Amino acid sequence: MNAPDFLEFKNVSRHFGSIRAVDQVSLSIRKGEFFSLLGPSGCGKTTLLRILAGFERPDTGCVILSGQDITQLPPNRRKVNTIFQSYALFPHLTVRDNIAFGLRIEKRPQREIDHEVERMLELIQMKAEAGKFPDTISGGQKQRVAIARALIKKPQVLLLDEPLAALDLKLRQRMLIELDLIHDEVGITFLYVTHDQGEAMSLSDRIAVMNSGIIEQVGTPAEIYEAPRSSFVAAFIGDTNFFEGRVAELIGNEYSRLVIDGFPDVTVFNDKQLAVNNLIYLSVRPEKFHISRERQEKSPRHNVVPGRVEEVIYQGSLTRYWVRVQEYRIAVTQQHSRFLLDEKPITWDENVWVSWHADDGFMLERYSQSDEQLVTLPE
Amino acid sequence: MTPARARLNEILVTLPSAGWLAVLFVVPALIVVAISFKPTDPLGGAGAGWTLDTLKSLGNPNYPAILWRTLWLSITTTALCILLATPVGYCLARLEKKWRQMVLLLVVVPFWTSFLIRIFAWKMLLHPEGIIKQALAGLGIVSPETPLLYNQWAVLLVMVYTFLPFAILPVYAAAEKFDFRLIEAARDLGARRFQAFCRVFLPGIRRGLFTALLIVFIPALGSYVIPDIVGGPGAEMLGNKIAQRVFVDRNLPHACALSLLLILAVLLPLTAVLALQGAREKARPIIEEGA
Ligand SMILES: Nc1ncnc2c1ncn2[C@@H]1O[C@H](COP(=O)(O)OP(=O)(O)OP(=O)(O)O)[C@@H](O)[C@H]1O
Ligand SMILES: [Mg+2]
Repeated sequence: MNAPDFLEFKNVSRHFGSIRAVDQVSLSIRKGEFFSLLGPSGCGKTTLLRILAGFERPDTGCVILSGQDITQLPPNRRKVNTIFQSYALFPHLTVRDNIAFGLRIEKRPQREIDHEVERMLELIQMKAEAGKFPDTISGGQKQRVAIARALIKKPQVLLLDEPLAALDLKLRQRMLIELDLIHDEVGITFLYVTHDQGEAMSLSDRIAVMNSGIIEQVGTPAEIYEAPRSSFVAAFIGDTNFFEGRVAELIGNEYSRLVIDGFPDVTVFNDKQLAVNNLIYLSVRPEKFHISRERQEKSPRHNVVPGRVEEVIYQGSLTRYWVRVQEYRIAVTQQHSRFLLDEKPITWDENVWVSWHADDGFMLERYSQSDEQLVTLPE
Repeated sequence: MTPARARLNEILVTLPSAGWLAVLFVVPALIVVAISFKPTDPLGGAGAGWTLDTLKSLGNPNYPAILWRTLWLSITTTALCILLATPVGYCLARLEKKWRQMVLLLVVVPFWTSFLIRIFAWKMLLHPEGIIKQALAGLGIVSPETPLLYNQWAVLLVMVYTFLPFAILPVYAAAEKFDFRLIEAARDLGARRFQAFCRVFLPGIRRGLFTALLIVFIPALGSYVIPDIVGGPGAEMLGNKIAQRVFVDRNLPHACALSLLLILAVLLPLTAVLALQGAREKARPIIEEGA
């Protein structure tokens, strides 16, 4: 990874009437990185991408690509290329001519164009289909032609707007692997837009999670999953359980004791150094829990609460339980460690113990700073 | 279904339209051809027996010039109409829906007035005492002596005016179905606005352009009311001659022979173009391949 500021968005905003599609976004992307924009539908991912491609002018802020401010450049003068969600292949041109389009516009010598197109056809393994028209090839093939058509321009950044959304599951998984291979092979910076966390997690070097126009968090897939910085990120990336509580006591530098209504004392890793009496959400992912019939005392760092199984859903490689603990309905998933038929599985209406390690929960502040004066402590 | 049975079905399905074409198009055309080989009748109809005299009389030394003018005016009218209709179609298709209906309505509003009245209106406008002539002369753009009326240019102007809506409608219909994201894709790949327009938009609406071409060119070739009203004797088209032979000279066979000439002048280039188009479309398979 080279210069950390290869591609930069600085305070970029774009509003449509009262909708803040993109709101004060600052982001820097490294050269060669596979970077994903992840967020729910309508959060402004496409708008941000279109600002980079030049189809949308930001109201404020600027975009800087390898040291040059490109905010005012028209799309044809930016060294970025897009793979559109609908592919947007030219229907009147063959696969070969579609791929050659960008170079023909540049008026490159015919020999050079032929050579480059051959190379691309080889990369996407579509030599045999070079003479076909877009409406006669399959979805996955269209996808690959769109990739080749953009890559042949040797862009500094390749923009991909939900490129797999239109494909069925099998094909999506195969294209996922292919995209990864192509990224490794060409070494171009990829900016990948998706609302599918699975795609983002498996492909990206880093992810930016977007929510209604703002960037909630930027980090590696593991950072975002294991240490989400807001309740939105925690909930959006994988499932999680939230508990409302309050910091009651600091235990050494690293841990704190929480008070959660109806629970015995709960210990949690306090990486954010939250002070006593802060109101928080405790977030614990379903797979971090362990449930058992007997209370298991493991270590002082383990939390244990009693509950009652309300629902059991068998899902093949794992089982999902809904456990009632006071006012909470906790989602728990358990891998099958033993052959299921051998043991007597936990089932509806059983009383169980739910436990988790203090390091597996994380705390999120319950009030944003502007709301802080509203905090009135109970007691 | 056996191939023979499928073939029979195909014939049955196309029978009504084939019949319609035969009764309303092929038979009249054949009658026109047949009358061309008839002698004239003093009453203005076709006489008995067969003769080649009528066809020979097409050697009239005036005709090549008139035929040439007819072709020239029709081709130029078609070219200008398509040239004007294409940007209009593009803009219409990009317009917001509510405005689109409005502008489209404005395009067809002239049809509510009789065609003849509109041509006469042009005559008024171009007349030496008319507004346009007066205004242009007042501004010093044309000299007071230059006639705006009764020449080829007046005919061309009014023909373009008359046929433009017929060109706009098919071009718009095609542009409306055009996927404008393709323009963005072209721009993304480095094309300037105009390049994207020529290389992606025009091929995308080529069927609409082709329809516009046929719909303007064919009636333009046969027009005689416009040259009759705003053109002088020096701006006659073949249609005028045909009308003159029928209504003034009462010489039906000669009129038919002239029509034959016109049909050949249109049919030959047109079949060539259609054959070319057909060959190109055939090179493109339409079968959808399973994903
Ligand atoms: N041209 C436009 N005019 C008005 N509003 C727009 C326009 N483009 C986008 N928006 C609005 O801006 C917001 C963000 O849209 P955007 O397309 O960027 O979302 P997205 O994150 O790409 O969503 P999706 O996952 O559904 O594609 C949406 O509320 C959308 O309605
Ligand atoms: Mg989008």
